[in-house]
Amino acid sequence: MKLIIAYIRPDRLNAVKQELYAKEIYSLSVTNVLGAGRQKGFTETYRGVVMEVNLLKKVRLEIGVNDDFQDKAIEAVMKGGQTGKEGDGVIFVLDLARALRIRTGEDGIL
Amino acid sequence: MSFIKSSTGSCLRGALGGAALFGLALAPALALAQDQPAEAASAAEAAVEYLTQTNANIMWTLIAAILVMFMQAGFAMVEVGLTRAKNAGNILMKNMFDFAAGSVTFYIIGFGLMMGADHAGLFGLSNFNLSEWTPATPEGLWGFTFWFFQCVFAATATTIVSGAIAERTKFISYLILSVVITGLIYPISGHWIWGGGWLSKLDAPVIDFAGSTVVHSVGGWVALAGALLMGPRIGKYTPDGKSRAIPGHNMALVALGVFILWFGWFGFNPGSTVAAQANIALIAVTTNLAACTGALGAMLTAWVRYGKPDVSMSFNGALAGLVAITAGCANVSPDGAMIIGLIAGVVVVLSVDFIDKVLKIDDPVGAISVHGVCGALGTLCVGLFASPDYGGIAGLFYGGGLTQFVSQALGVGSVFAWAFGSGLVVFTILKLTVGIRVPAEEEIKGLDITEHGQEAYSGFQIFTTE
Repeated sequence: MKLIIAYIRPDRLNAVKQELYAKEIYSLSVTNVLGAGRQKGFTETYRGVVMEVNLLKKVRLEIGVNDDFQDKAIEAVMKGGQTGKEGDGVIFVLDLARALRIRTGEDGIL
Repeated sequence: MSFIKSSTGSCLRGALGGAALFGLALAPALALAQDQPAEAASAAEAAVEYLTQTNANIMWTLIAAILVMFMQAGFAMVEVGLTRAKNAGNILMKNMFDFAAGSVTFYIIGFGLMMGADHAGLFGLSNFNLSEWTPATPEGLWGFTFWFFQCVFAATATTIVSGAIAERTKFISYLILSVVITGLIYPISGHWIWGGGWLSKLDAPVIDFAGSTVVHSVGGWVALAGALLMGPRIGKYTPDGKSRAIPGHNMALVALGVFILWFGWFGFNPGSTVAAQANIALIAVTTNLAACTGALGAMLTAWVRYGKPDVSMSFNGALAGLVAITAGCANVSPDGAMIIGLIAGVVVVLSVDFIDKVLKIDDPVGAISVHGVCGALGTLCVGLFASPDYGGIAGLFYGGGLTQFVSQALGVGSVFAWAFGSGLVVFTILKLTVGIRVPAEEEIKGLDITEHGQEAYSGFQIFTTE
């Protein structure tokens, strides 16, 4: 079992979701995050004072999958999230020790 | 009858030319022919006499005062929008209670000091608690109107201060300050110009029609004293003294507040005739034009200086134009008003920059620049732009020489000395007694939780990294 964590552009979330659906991956969690990477930051001005903003708004996805679905999930996030410009984000894959369903207590649900 | 009325109404709306005008002229005649002619005529005469000048004055002044009272909402929204979410409840409380405590104080002490019988041109001293007036006399009835109008002005001067010292002031010391401003600081300088004091007895009396100096500068200069003694908010300046931005949390509320203030200003300026008279329309025109050119001036200045038309600076510009035209709104031409507003719009941006980056005084909402600086500027401008065709007095640019300008400068200077000086004294006394500033950890946590025990946005997740 794997936990796939992906940081993507907020405006690509819908495309990523559709790609995941197309590959029959329906379960995911989404959080708003701030982060910095190769995209660097941008500057804002407020009342004449320049502000360096180097943490950008991103969306974090967490998808738990069994080993068969690992490549499908990665493929979907890649396809939906890619624009080709810096700032498309990253994908991390972690080993997942256990997965349980709270409603039933069932172990090994993936 | 009703048919005729509605048909003339539609004729007016349609503006159908000759035929319509003919129909309009016929309509009253037709109506009279159908009713009893003599009865209708006498009823019309009675209706003409119904509204006496005194009652008209009361009505107009009271409506204007009610508009000015609504400006409290405008100040509250501007200030809450330009500060952080964690202090929203605190700033709303300050705006509520400077009005509540200020009105009561102005009733008990302030009005008597400002408008009571003059002593040496310095202060009034009678009619405390409105003791000279009852509803039984016409003077009393007018007096209540006049008091309410003056009261909402006093509250305006007070509420200006809260924005400049926002996000770090102890609530209790702000409450005491409100009482001192409405009970002492504002009434004394107000007496000098409006209450028959020495500035109104100069050879060329100071012209401050609706209070650029009397109301706005007084608030602005007390705010300057407060912000100076208070020190900047934590994080406003880097250790090497560079200014940092602390963005306000809601520009939509800022915009709403500015529009409410602009709306209320049509009571503030035209209402300062304190009489139902015809030049209220001119005053509304000059007021509106100056607000517009103020907004334009500030927006363009910010655009040129910072590369983008800054949202909150542009909205400050409208207020700057309004504050500046307040002194001369009945004495300048509409063209003059536009120039005064434009100058104020440019100056407010430069002033915010100067106070923030050079003086390093932290004024989160720009109150010192908008009200203090542009109030003084507008008062001086009367000495330059006063047009004899509009208010009967000629400024420098209309061949009146420097006489009026010198009076205006004297007014600006003496009111600055009084308001800033007494502001320093009051804030120093407060600092040595109850304290003016919350502890650092309370400031970081936010004044909503630490001063009032609750959040303004319960259930919302406020995400900040400072």
